[in-house]
Amino acid sequence: MVPVLLILIPLLTGLTAFFIKNERSVRSWVLFSSLITLVISLLGFTILKEEKYLQHQSDWMMAFNSSFSVKLDGMGQLLCLLTALAYPLIFWATWRVSYKKANNFFALMLLAQAGLMGVFLAMDALLFYFFWELALIPMYFLCSLWGGEKRIQVTFKFFIYTFVGSLLMLIGILYVYAQTADHSFDINSFYKVTLSGKQQGFLFWLFFIAFAVKMPIFPFHTWQPDTYEQAPTATTMVLSGVMVKMGVFGIFRWLLPVLPIASFQWGDIVTSLAVTGMIYASLIAMRQNDLKRLVAYSSIAHLGLMCAAIFAENKSSMQGVMIQMFNHGINIIGLWIVVEIIERRYGTRKISELGGLAQKAPALAILLVIIALANIALPLTNAFAGEFLMFNGLLNSAVTKYYVWFTAFAGLSIILAAVYMLNMIRKVFYGDTNIITETATDITLNEKLALGVIVILIFWMGVYPQGLLNITNEITDSILKKADILPMLPKY
Amino acid sequence: MNALLLSAVLGVIMMFSGIMLKQKSSVRNIAIAGMGLLLLVNILEMNGAVFFKIDVRGMIVFDRFALLFDTIVFISTLLYLILSARDMEKVGIHYADFFALIFFILCGITLTSSFKSLLILFLGIEIISIPLYILTGSDKRNLKSNEASLKYFLLGAFSTGLMLMGIALIYGTKGSFDTIKLNTFTQAPDLLLIAGMTLLLFSMSFKVSAAPFHFWTPDVYDGAPTVFTSFMATIVKAAVFIAFIRLFDEAFGLLQSQWQLLVAIITVATLIIGNITAVFQQSVKRMLAYSSIAQAGFMMLSLYAMNTDAKEGLLLYTAAYSLATIGIFAVLIKMSDYTFDGFNGFARQQPLLAATTTIFLLSLAGIPLTAGFLAKFYMLKAALGTGKHLWLVIFAVLMAAVSVYYYFRVIQAMYFKEGNAPLVHVTPVFKWTMIVLAALVILLGIFPNLLLNWYYF
Repeated sequence: MVPVLLILIPLLTGLTAFFIKNERSVRSWVLFSSLITLVISLLGFTILKEEKYLQHQSDWMMAFNSSFSVKLDGMGQLLCLLTALAYPLIFWATWRVSYKKANNFFALMLLAQAGLMGVFLAMDALLFYFFWELALIPMYFLCSLWGGEKRIQVTFKFFIYTFVGSLLMLIGILYVYAQTADHSFDINSFYKVTLSGKQQGFLFWLFFIAFAVKMPIFPFHTWQPDTYEQAPTATTMVLSGVMVKMGVFGIFRWLLPVLPIASFQWGDIVTSLAVTGMIYASLIAMRQNDLKRLVAYSSIAHLGLMCAAIFAENKSSMQGVMIQMFNHGINIIGLWIVVEIIERRYGTRKISELGGLAQKAPALAILLVIIALANIALPLTNAFAGEFLMFNGLLNSAVTKYYVWFTAFAGLSIILAAVYMLNMIRKVFYGDTNIITETATDITLNEKLALGVIVILIFWMGVYPQGLLNITNEITDSILKKADILPMLPKY
Repeated sequence: MNALLLSAVLGVIMMFSGIMLKQKSSVRNIAIAGMGLLLLVNILEMNGAVFFKIDVRGMIVFDRFALLFDTIVFISTLLYLILSARDMEKVGIHYADFFALIFFILCGITLTSSFKSLLILFLGIEIISIPLYILTGSDKRNLKSNEASLKYFLLGAFSTGLMLMGIALIYGTKGSFDTIKLNTFTQAPDLLLIAGMTLLLFSMSFKVSAAPFHFWTPDVYDGAPTVFTSFMATIVKAAVFIAFIRLFDEAFGLLQSQWQLLVAIITVATLIIGNITAVFQQSVKRMLAYSSIAQAGFMMLSLYAMNTDAKEGLLLYTAAYSLATIGIFAVLIKMSDYTFDGFNGFARQQPLLAATTTIFLLSLAGIPLTAGFLAKFYMLKAALGTGKHLWLVIFAVLMAAVSVYYYFRVIQAMYFKEGNAPLVHVTPVFKWTMIVLAALVILLGIFPNLLLNWYYF
């Protein structure tokens, strides 16, 4: 029941929103809808946490054994919570931004939410593919209609990239489907399928490219900074906060358990790409003058670490990734909110044109510093828990012999992250004021509230990450068990 | 059998209605009503109500496959007539004759979907082709239309010649026109038979505009009056495809190893030429002509695979493709400027038409939740089911990604670009029919069984 509601509520309220012409009412309507979704998602953790409430299955395309099968397990639950939490925050923080044809904007936002929820809930490969694409289409229209100057070309590039990736994944899905014993798209049939090492070898890339484009992993990342920069900020928050997690999630849900041999076989190459991307993105981030691009590149670096940690394939690293998926979403939405506030209030997001904001807007400065420190993964902030576990896992990885090098280079990017984040804070908030920041005022109560929620979450998850660990404990074990290739190896 | 006779009779009625009736609207209404009746009797036949029992000596068999396909064709034609019949007025003065020709084509289609003898196949293809030559040239004062008609006629006649030659060679070796009797082998196939089959393959490839036999398509589709291009590119093409797959399934099924690689090569050539050339078009009409070649490439996959998925998938594909393309053409006819720029700002002028057109374009591009996705899905699944030539599938998918480029250009023009698209006046019926079309496309994209169940029950 809960998973069906999580998809249906945004879908139906989104479709309704197309017909609410008044801008104020449509705002309230979508905020209301997203709050309901949040409540339902929270209910899934508390009152309705019995098994029977958390799954649903009904016939769909029985001709080829595909059913509408959705289920909330630990990982899906966490990501659904992130999605449900992100939306009210986004709507609240961008309350003042006005859009032309606001009804269409908010309707598409909610449709994207329905697609995202579906991706995290689907327990059927075909259904997963459906939602995977469905999340993309509204994003395409959102970025192309309400984006910046170069929006059309940039968004189109983004669309083609992801679409090619997903089509390759579709072939992969169909191929695995043909090999399943009972010819079914059900996830359990996929988990049971036996594929030779050779088959897994090429299937891996069919799947991985789709996920790598989404995350994005170097060298598939070129769409990302442009798209983040050009998209309207509310959409960028969804893209970077939630949507990139689809790639990480896909690896966990489909790649590791279905293709364990190939994950081992290609693990080193993928990790090398991820680590290269981390260093590369961090170095570029240091040179950025545009706040949006800076955050975009920092996101590539963070996602690279997650990808590297997944292929370390042990419990510490995997749990680290899972809780980091959640925490990164919170932090980056916080950063985007600050960027959005700066851009809206002071009319620029060029770092060189800002300065001395701390004198004029102390509350904003304090909140941003906290969020930025969380982004660097300082102890006591939420990202620390995740990154510590990931590094711990990476260093103790049994599946690669280059773990020292991977850890060293990945660690380097953390230092670089501190460089560019602190540098940004120094340039934007300290120093002398200039013409633009002379007349600056501090943020309003609304904005304080939105950022306050994020800061509370940062500390809460930083001081007491056990809650997140408990949620993801079971699912990590089960993925690890499926990804373990030792039983498959010949005995000596 | 019901539809076969009724469509011929309706064709004659329409010819006379042009003399009897002065009002154009009544001619149109008779045609639409006749079309509805045709659809009705065909559905009745699917439920077992056969009104005419004529001994055709097994040369025509109306099985589920044929009847279901005829139903798809009749539904598409009905929607096509409701959307576009008004626009035929502008083409020429022989308004009623156009409808008569369309009904004759439908008569030919019922033959090509149900033949069991090569003679009937030939008859069907000719009954389809000759009215098409006339329709292509129906805009008599337009030089391009004349050119297209002549070109189509000459090349079409040539390919019909090839087909006859092929049939003659096959008859020479097997001594029969019967497709079932052709499909029996005891020893290695005769060289003459292979030659005949190859000639048939080429001539059918010509009719469905598969590369390298596609050169007539862009010119003919572009030159013909747009209302008739719509009909030609969708319903007629689907019908020939059904004949194609029927022929190679029933008559040459056992020879699959002989022709499969050849079909694979034709598929690849069609996909690459259709998609890559479509990218460079500046006119939406020409783009749709090349897109029809590209879509034919995807449909060729069903011929290549030739299994249950392929036959089901082809039915779905023809439905998805016809519905979407008819919808896009119906809008295109209303535009004064056929270039991509002509669509600039269309979404602001006509939000509803732009939204439905977007759904059709998404369907053609194969985005999930639309019928086009499941159609492509079936084709890929069928091709993967053969278990060999994985590269063919990957290639097809990459070409599908290319197709996104040119379909989305129309969406970009409609929604994201500023401009003055012409103000088009459409009737409420037109709008509602577009909504029905869009709803059908989405419905089939979620529940393909609505259509495919008819195949079995």
